[in-house]
Amino acid sequence: MFRSFAKKSTLTGLILVSAAAQPILAADDYKLGLVTFLSGGAAGPFGIPAQNAAKLVLETLNAGQLPAPYNTTGINGRTIVPVFMDEAGGATKQASEYRNLVERQGVDAVVGYISSGDCLAVPAVAEQLKTLTVLFDCGTPRVFEENDFKYVFRTGPTATMDNVAAAHYINETVEGLKSVSGINQNYSFGHESWADFNGSLNQLKAGVDVTTEQFPKIYAGQYGAEISALMVNSANVIHSSFWGGDMEAFLLQGSARGLFEDQTALLTTGESAMYRLSDQIPEGTILGGRGPFGVFAPDTALNRWFREAYTSEFGTPPTYPAYKMVQGILGLKLATEKAALNVNGQPSTEDVVSAFEYLEYEGPGGKVSMNRGKGHQATMEMVYGRYALQDGKPAVTDVRHYAAACVTPPEGMTSVSWIEKGMPDAQCD
Amino acid sequence: MKLVIAMLMDGMIYASWLFLIAAGLTLIYGVMRILNMAHGSFYAIGAYAGASLVGFYLAGGYPPWGAYLVLLGAAIFSGIIIGLLVERGLLRFMYGRDEVVMILVTYAILLILEDVIKLAWGVDAYFAYQPYTLLGRTKLVGLSYANYDIALIFISASICFLLWWGLNRTRQGKLLQAVIHDRDTAAFLGINVTRMFTVTFVIGAVLGTFAGALTAPGISVMPGIGIEVIILAFAVVVIGGLGSIGGALTGALIVGLARSASVHLYPEAELFVIYGVMAVVLAFRPQGLFAIATARKI
Repeated sequence: MFRSFAKKSTLTGLILVSAAAQPILAADDYKLGLVTFLSGGAAGPFGIPAQNAAKLVLETLNAGQLPAPYNTTGINGRTIVPVFMDEAGGATKQASEYRNLVERQGVDAVVGYISSGDCLAVPAVAEQLKTLTVLFDCGTPRVFEENDFKYVFRTGPTATMDNVAAAHYINETVEGLKSVSGINQNYSFGHESWADFNGSLNQLKAGVDVTTEQFPKIYAGQYGAEISALMVNSANVIHSSFWGGDMEAFLLQGSARGLFEDQTALLTTGESAMYRLSDQIPEGTILGGRGPFGVFAPDTALNRWFREAYTSEFGTPPTYPAYKMVQGILGLKLATEKAALNVNGQPSTEDVVSAFEYLEYEGPGGKVSMNRGKGHQATMEMVYGRYALQDGKPAVTDVRHYAAACVTPPEGMTSVSWIEKGMPDAQCD
Repeated sequence: MKLVIAMLMDGMIYASWLFLIAAGLTLIYGVMRILNMAHGSFYAIGAYAGASLVGFYLAGGYPPWGAYLVLLGAAIFSGIIIGLLVERGLLRFMYGRDEVVMILVTYAILLILEDVIKLAWGVDAYFAYQPYTLLGRTKLVGLSYANYDIALIFISASICFLLWWGLNRTRQGKLLQAVIHDRDTAAFLGINVTRMFTVTFVIGAVLGTFAGALTAPGISVMPGIGIEVIILAFAVVVIGGLGSIGGALTGALIVGLARSASVHLYPEAELFVIYGVMAVVLAFRPQGLFAIATARKI
């Protein structure tokens, strides 16, 4: 008797707790899956800023209070209900978690993915389940260079754009450039970043020596031997696409040993550390933000709102992962609302796909053009600058902008072959 | 010459870091026959405790040199607390179980502690770099080394000596050796084996948190750091022989120097070389280089 009562009570309790944990959905709510790192090494610098940005912008969108043209409620009038999921665990886990999001949670669309490995694994499942998916941050160009996806879009620039722009920047601004060295993580993003940077620099300026190429394990944390190798094989510029804790540890250890006193560091994701380690980044360090994000973003009403609201809510200015998350959500909203103009009621996924292809819109980082990968891959201008302290506050100087057409392969050509052929049809000022 | 000095210095610094992590792991295995997967979490807790307390301390405007004492205090305090909690709260109920069961138990503790760390400190990174830069640097054949890293070599050597001296030259150490050789006979002779286990586990835990606290100033302290180091620590103790302090030292030196040589001479093999060395050692000596001889009971 007691056992039966206890069982029933426990079951009822579990149902109640589980019901309380689920958001209460109205029939016309828009359920949006949001996948970003909530644990592991990428959570602090990337995942959490992206999640914070998503929470902020969804709340404001649902209230219809975003600056125009985003000042309509939710997505096509439907209140957005976020379903957050942790990206940690690797590509295989993410592919099955994606299936859970769609089949069990019943999301209308998914915005997510920071890791290039996840961005290569998830689209096949998205295509199978015919679910609109927006990749917001990952960098590998292979997603759309090696595949044709119907339901998958990427609203952020690729790593090729980062690194070609970085090569342009040092070619233009480093006097007497004779040598470079590289330290990049030993996985696809690190290898591709170095190959794109080194390849494009070779095309821009002949005779630049590579003194050493280091590829330590991701999350290694200890770079003493690599720093010594960079000192022994001294170069004018040290290229690194390190991100998150790896970049921060490399900065701390390199600064303590004076590595950056005779050599200039070029950090393609350095913008994400400029507030966290403002007194450890040597002045003159070349910083990128994986596009016109963060400190490199243009002075627009949308960007002003975003920076002020984010800083006020979270106590620190938004870095590029936060910008890219907002850009992904706004792209989805605009495409859905554009598709809705031609149909009665809510548009189908196929309608939104058609509207999303070749869409051009303004994000907090400026103009986004979905003009590569048959309309599924965004291009944006790229920006680099040098770190400086102005009145004791972190800032960038000597900022240079590179048009998307200058740093992006033409449609139908892979990044590798475009760079190998001397970057034909690049339109640089 | 510059290259050789660089390889030696980098190898020694890396080896000293590896030894700090591996010492506690091998001590616990040597005495208790527990391959403690949770040692990675002890390292992470030490790093978080050190980084956050140094942050509080320096934010209070206290003299920066005191940060080293804060690091030491954070390591000892957090190590004692977590060591006692894990050993008294859980492991003592499992003594006598198969070694594989104990690996699974400590792996479960590792996973639980990873989430406890996230609950306690969140997922954002912590920095405590002031102690790392405060000591300045030394120039050696044109290469600069952080004095903090050089100090690590001496600290590791001191800990190695203290462990050796404690185990071989003190009464408590000799009693512990009796427990290592045959815990049943040691118990018959009146040695309080349970207390020995508790003390050993707490010392091992403090060594883990000490390694974490000393590493914290040079890194970004973030979730997952414990899992990263435990794999390396296993490689070191397996090469040297599980349960041997001398083995841990030798394993750390072999891995440190081999990795350093690879980074300087053939960077592509940097990761391979660690596990390549381990595979070669295990192929010829499956018990590791300095495994403690075990008597067969018939």
